[in-house]
Amino acid sequence: MTQQAEAPVGTGTTAGARAHARAQEGTVVADAPAVPATTWPRPPAHVDPGRLVWAERVAGGGYAHRVLARGTTVRLTDVAGDACAHVLLFHADAPWERLNVADTVKVQWQVYSGAGRLLLSDQARVLASVVEDTSGHHDTLYGTSTQARNEQRYGDGSPEGPSPAGRELFVLGAAKHGLGRRDVPPSVSFFQGVRVDDAGRPRFEGSAGPGASVTLRTEMPVVLLIANAAHPLDPRETYTSTPLEIVAWRDRPTAPEDDLWTATPEGRRAFENTHDHLKGRGLA
Amino acid sequence: MSILDGRTEIYRAIVAPRAPWSRVLRAGEVLTVVDLDGNQAVDFLAYDAHDTSRAYSAQATLQGQDSIFLTTGSVLRDNEYAPLLTVVADDVGRHDTLGGACSKESNMLRYGHHTWGQHACAENFLRELSRHGLGKRDHVPNVNWFMNVPVDPDGALGIVDGISSPGLSVSLRAEKDTLVVVSNCPQVNNPCNGFDPTRAEMVVTIDA
Repeated sequence: MTQQAEAPVGTGTTAGARAHARAQEGTVVADAPAVPATTWPRPPAHVDPGRLVWAERVAGGGYAHRVLARGTTVRLTDVAGDACAHVLLFHADAPWERLNVADTVKVQWQVYSGAGRLLLSDQARVLASVVEDTSGHHDTLYGTSTQARNEQRYGDGSPEGPSPAGRELFVLGAAKHGLGRRDVPPSVSFFQGVRVDDAGRPRFEGSAGPGASVTLRTEMPVVLLIANAAHPLDPRETYTSTPLEIVAWRDRPTAPEDDLWTATPEGRRAFENTHDHLKGRGLA
Repeated sequence: MSILDGRTEIYRAIVAPRAPWSRVLRAGEVLTVVDLDGNQAVDFLAYDAHDTSRAYSAQATLQGQDSIFLTTGSVLRDNEYAPLLTVVADDVGRHDTLGGACSKESNMLRYGHHTWGQHACAENFLRELSRHGLGKRDHVPNVNWFMNVPVDPDGALGIVDGISSPGLSVSLRAEKDTLVVVSNCPQVNNPCNGFDPTRAEMVVTIDA
């Protein structure tokens, strides 16, 4: 069998279709992962590009998912000022252990997220910590949007439509890790803020503007799901969602000598539990 | 005049302090939860009885109303935004859906490892869910009837002294066939039930 020397014209034959398909490589689009991540053109200034493990720009209305080792730093950037990163975390080895937003706010006595806050699992462990935050506009109360609500508000909530619902995007990401709809619990969101007034009423505060970033550090092996979808309380009539940039690199988890480990008694116990658990599994 | 007046009672049971309880409500049935002895937190979950992947969602519920507290008129929604139950009467005026359940795990973080041996709401929920073929994946943050959880201007949130008293109640109408699961909270480390778990009563009524 001999290889054809010249690409056949048209896609009417197997060989033509193959040549047509292969000719598409190298097409440049804004919203895509860099593979390998070390080829990402914009590594953080202090990070050796060789340490990058994940770099991706997620379109408005898109989603991303990744299994990450313990001790990975993940920087999320709101490129144009209207990203909203709805985030879920699962223990990668046992995904029935997952982010618990109620425990996260209750244990830390605080509903507003930001640097120094921990994202806690239902098993009293730290899935990830928030180590830097230049936004300050986040929300732990209202979660992400549903198909039904986006249909009411925008006329469509499907992932392939003009106004994708965050829950539908989560379901797609979860499915790729063997998880179903009942595995998608309440989430936290970054880059679109909500505050609560004295009467308990919410006030949507929008974003901090273009370029704000949030940096997470994984404290366990995790599955990270991110839906970049308009916040459910965003009052604008038009669904507004702009790109989210994700850059992650190999780093180290929080250690007992770090200030964050001992910042609060509740957090210290959560770090102790996490270390104890991972030691038992041979991971720490 | 009580919400129960003119209605036909079809079920009544007392849930012991610390115990779980569950029942499928048919569409239109009204469940009244009575704080018999006062200041008792009654943790509460709900599922579409015909599709249990549709679980109560605190976040979808809050999206559908203009307050973080639950009271008369509040619609408890599932994770797909569909109404499960509506609060049709409320003697208290404020119930929590932010704090979720106590668990052995969260108790450890909040009060210390010495609390590990204590019973907790998550244990009640897991055991009662298992009777309906449901497991840990189905266990999500819940409503806390009669529990007072304010949010301060700086975002500080905490469980504080209750504002309920003996005999006060909250009534919920099922919008569709709904599995409701209760943990009559065993917590003794915070004021959600005055450090002393007491009885709750469940009354189900239908139109006369």
